[in-house]
Amino acid sequence: MGLFACATAGFGLRVKVELQHIHKRFGPVHANDDVSLTVEAGTIHGLLGENGAGKSTLVKILSGFITRDSGVILLDGRPAHIRSPADALRYGIGMLHQDPLDFPPLTVVENFMAGSPSTPPILNPRAAEREFRRWCARFNFDIDPHAQVGDLTVGERQQLEIVRLLANGVGTLILDEPTTGISASQKTLLFQTLRRLADEGKSIIFVSHKLEDVEALCDRVTVMRRGQVAGELDLRPLHAGAQQASSHHPEIAARIVELMFGRALAMPTKPPTRRDEVVLSIEGLVLRSDRLEIRVDQLSLHRGEVVGIAGLEGSGQQLFLTACAGLEPPAAGSIHIAGHNLTHRPYADFLRAGVCYVPADRLREGLIAGLTIQEHVALRASGRHFFIDRAEVRAEAERAIAAFNIRGRPDTYVERLSGGNQQRTQLALLPAPLSVLVMEHPTRGLDIESTLWVWQQLIARCQQGTAILFASSDLDEIVQYSDRVIVFSGGRVSPAIPVAELDVELLGQMIGGRF
Amino acid sequence: MNSTIPSQTTLPWLWRLPALVYRSGALIISLLLIGLIVLLSGASPIEVIGRMLVGAVSTPDQIGRVVATLSTLLLCAAGLVYTFNAGLYNLGVEGQVTFGAIATTFVLRLLYPEEATASLLPPPLTIALGILAGALGGVLWGLLAGALHVYGRISEIFAGLGLNFAATGVAIYLIFGPWKRPGVASLSGTQPFDESLWLGTFGQTEATPVGLGLGLLALLITIVVMRNTYFGLRLRAVGKNQYAAHVLGVPARQQLLSAFFICGLFAGLAGAIQVVGVFHRLIPNISSNLGFLGLLVVMLVNFDPLWVLPVALFFSALNIGSLQLPLSLGLESSLAGVIQGLLVLFALLGRGLAQRYAAS
Ligand SMILES: Nc1ncnc2c1ncn2[C@@H]1O[C@H](COP(=O)(O)OP(=O)(O)OP(=O)(O)O)[C@@H](O)[C@H]1O
Ligand SMILES: [Mg+2]
Repeated sequence: MGLFACATAGFGLRVKVELQHIHKRFGPVHANDDVSLTVEAGTIHGLLGENGAGKSTLVKILSGFITRDSGVILLDGRPAHIRSPADALRYGIGMLHQDPLDFPPLTVVENFMAGSPSTPPILNPRAAEREFRRWCARFNFDIDPHAQVGDLTVGERQQLEIVRLLANGVGTLILDEPTTGISASQKTLLFQTLRRLADEGKSIIFVSHKLEDVEALCDRVTVMRRGQVAGELDLRPLHAGAQQASSHHPEIAARIVELMFGRALAMPTKPPTRRDEVVLSIEGLVLRSDRLEIRVDQLSLHRGEVVGIAGLEGSGQQLFLTACAGLEPPAAGSIHIAGHNLTHRPYADFLRAGVCYVPADRLREGLIAGLTIQEHVALRASGRHFFIDRAEVRAEAERAIAAFNIRGRPDTYVERLSGGNQQRTQLALLPAPLSVLVMEHPTRGLDIESTLWVWQQLIARCQQGTAILFASSDLDEIVQYSDRVIVFSGGRVSPAIPVAELDVELLGQMIGGRF
Repeated sequence: MNSTIPSQTTLPWLWRLPALVYRSGALIISLLLIGLIVLLSGASPIEVIGRMLVGAVSTPDQIGRVVATLSTLLLCAAGLVYTFNAGLYNLGVEGQVTFGAIATTFVLRLLYPEEATASLLPPPLTIALGILAGALGGVLWGLLAGALHVYGRISEIFAGLGLNFAATGVAIYLIFGPWKRPGVASLSGTQPFDESLWLGTFGQTEATPVGLGLGLLALLITIVVMRNTYFGLRLRAVGKNQYAAHVLGVPARQQLLSAFFICGLFAGLAGAIQVVGVFHRLIPNISSNLGFLGLLVVMLVNFDPLWVLPVALFFSALNIGSLQLPLSLGLESSLAGVIQGLLVLFALLGRGLAQRYAAS
């Protein structure tokens, strides 16, 4: 029986998911060490934990992307044989990855039709479109069926993927960090959708680093630590007590943080670090890519100042940041660093002037996969001598590893590091002193502790006189650490607004285009 | 990064073996295939391998040929280590050898005109200038490919192939035109140089101390540069991720051009040695395809110069030994090419599989 009996499991049936004594090793790393987890049908189950705790490994095992070393998966008490994503889909288990897998140039409907096991041999686009519209209407999703997938926002891709999985009969939905990079209204819609799906009896696993999200959404939460389950909490009483589900509960948050890190965490506070001296000044800047054109009339960054950039992803923030770092020449306008005109100067001049860029895509743009930590250290020191002094470089790398608390050795390849440790490595490589630090999503994907730690380091830089210009999709982060904020919205750029005049709500409205 | 590419992890556990298994497995399969091909052509594999290796070392003459081949091959392979590590498939190495040879021939003809009875300068100096010219010729052809790639954004593969044709075209034009032999123009090349311009050899063999010395020196320098210098590290950084290297402050263009420069330099030296040490004239296929063989050697050793010497020696022996096959076993001497090609193909396959599927 097996497969066919289960193929219909997604429709209507309530499926309880049990993972028992799951083990998974990657070489010396015990990524899942005897993990057991039960998700009741009709509930949303949160999965929290520090970077590298093993959350993604666990959900990838359930969705067939990784094969477990040992352990049992039970669906409604019956063992399930999951060895591939296709197997998992037959059992009605579907997963949304944090970074959407690369999409071929398909339209929305084509993507919706692709990859369905029930696809009839002859594709009927019109029927598929009707079906797609029906699903979208059900959840108030507003996606043009004929748009190119590549043109959708992160949130819309996510909606498309949810609809596609549901149409494939998925009864267990896994979301790995789904709230990064989507707008506030998309997040609200996502939460409504998930709540509704749970009420229909589907089981949902929600992996996240954001405590507020988990509190607002989940019925239960499991905290993982170093490959093991550190504890479980029931959050339902909390929703029952307060009808307004989004209200914050510091006691619960504190308990979860304790479970995650074994101790309470202190928020770094940002002292005033802004000095009078202007270090970066921009006049009449015009930037063009094949998709958009943005203009920044005037911006002056002071030493020690932090300026945050808010906006939906793809609104030109990256273009602006790379231009400020000297990686992209502007179409018009000027960039002065510490009084020197560096417009159209080579990138090397920007580096020499103490400008540094830390991209969001750590492994594709910031670090070099295939080289070790110490080789990166040597690369940064490159140019002074011809021969590498191995002992010296190794010592330097060991100092950096100790100072930045990187979980790795000097000869660890950077692609083997977890996301948090890759970010620590990027920061460790920054030269000192630095005039301007340009960062894209400085804490994306990092756990709470790493996030706080990263900002501690950044604030220390500001105290030394470095100006920071950063883009983030996390409005809380922007409001908490910026001195001034710029909003990018649909090709328009707001002037820099002092953070005292802003709050998260107002910022959300401005991102929607109201300024 | 939070997502894995699904195909990397969907294989059943049976497939998830250590990388070494894939690599050695690929080697074993290629050896079996080679054996099969030999069997199909009607001979015993063991006998064939035996004959080839014996053929390579049977007489001092044969050993000399192996060493001469090895010298040129080492120069090409050493140069290619730089371009490969910079992420470049420098198929233009053949043209760089050829153009080096042309430049050498040009200088030798200049310093020892056809009607003269002796070199205008002392012969050793003439030879040295000829070799220097070869190096410059190779550099010119290498930088041309580099400029087309870096500034013209043309794939280095196509730039190289185009320049290979161009170099061969120039050589054939010269051989049949301005530099043709008095009386007959033929594919056998230009008029041989006076013996005073031949490189000294080991005894009566074809091998020259200068050629071997240059080959070994080039390899030694390459090993040191790749393992112990910032230049080598920057080259690898650019080869693995050009954009990230640029962001980290590595001057990527400069590095790429340097790789083309050095590879052209070594290939040009190889061309010069082919002229003054091996053929003593310019012939159309002056490189003897050793540039392409160098590509295979460097790919087989995974771009690590430390292993170039043994593999290059093995390939040189195969090349020379296989020349015995038609005589002794009635087999085609092109079998050496088949063997080398299969080894490299499967080595690459083994590496690819290991990268994709191996349990980390
Ligand atoms: N393919 C792999 N090869 C080797 N080690 C791996 C692999 N995937 C994960 N690991 C290691 O397993 C551990 C758990 O990783 P996992 O991705 O499950 O963590 P996570 O809880 O999702 O962390 P994050 O919050 O950073 O996403 C980490 O130490 C990681 O380095
Ligand atoms: Mg993860």
